[in-house]
Amino acid sequence: MLELHDGPLHVEEITNRWFNEMRDKNYGAYIPFIGIVRDEQGISGLSFDIYEPILNSWFETWQEKAKKEGAYLLMAHSRGDVPNHTSSYISAVVSPQRKVALKFINDFVEDFKASAPIWKYDLIDGKRVYAKERSTALKGAGLLK
Amino acid sequence: MAKIEFLGPLNRESIEVDISSLNDLKEMFKDDTELVEWLEICAVAVNDALVCSLDTKIESNDKISLLPPVCGG
Repeated sequence: MLELHDGPLHVEEITNRWFNEMRDKNYGAYIPFIGIVRDEQGISGLSFDIYEPILNSWFETWQEKAKKEGAYLLMAHSRGDVPNHTSSYISAVVSPQRKVALKFINDFVEDFKASAPIWKYDLIDGKRVYAKERSTALKGAGLLK
Repeated sequence: MAKIEFLGPLNRESIEVDISSLNDLKEMFKDDTELVEWLEICAVAVNDALVCSLDTKIESNDKISLLPPVCGG
C-alpha cells in the first residue's frame, strides 16, 4: 500500500488505520517507522516533489520482495510543504515473524533514501532550496554528461 | 517527437525533440551551459525505466526523464 498526501501526514489517522486494516491478517509483527521534520539550520520545514510513475514501480518491486518473505509493506509520503515537527514519511512492515519485519524495514528505508524519485527542499525564508548536498544520485547518473 | 521531462529541481518546461538515441540527446545538450552541471548528476529514464546506455534507441512518442539526485523522507 502506497499513499501520497498533500502537506504533512496525519500520523495518528494513518498508523491507526493501517493497524486496524492489518490486525486481523494474522501477522505477528507490525513495525512502523515515522520520519519527523527536525528544526535545524534555520529551516521552517521541508518541501517535496515526487515523480509518481517511477515511485510506483520502485514500490511494487519492494512489495514483491516482501511477498516472497510473507511480509507486506505500507508507505505514506508527503507532497509539497511539511512544517518542522510534523511528519513527511511513514513506512511499516507487517510479517508473521518479528526478525523478518525488522530486517525488512531497515533495508526498505535505506533503499528508499537512495532510490525513490523524491526531491527534498529546505524551506528557508519562505523559499524552497534544493537539498542537493543531502541527495543521492540515482543509478546511471551522468549518462548525458 | 520524443518528449523530454526535466524533473524536480531542474524546474524546466518539457520539450519535444526529434532524436533516435540518447547519444543524439547528449549532443543536443552539450552547449546548454545551464544544464551541463546537472547532466553530471542526473539519471535518465526512458518511458519510466532507468537506462544506462547512450545507445538506447528512442522512438517517436517515447518519454525521456532527467532525474536529479533524490532524498525522500
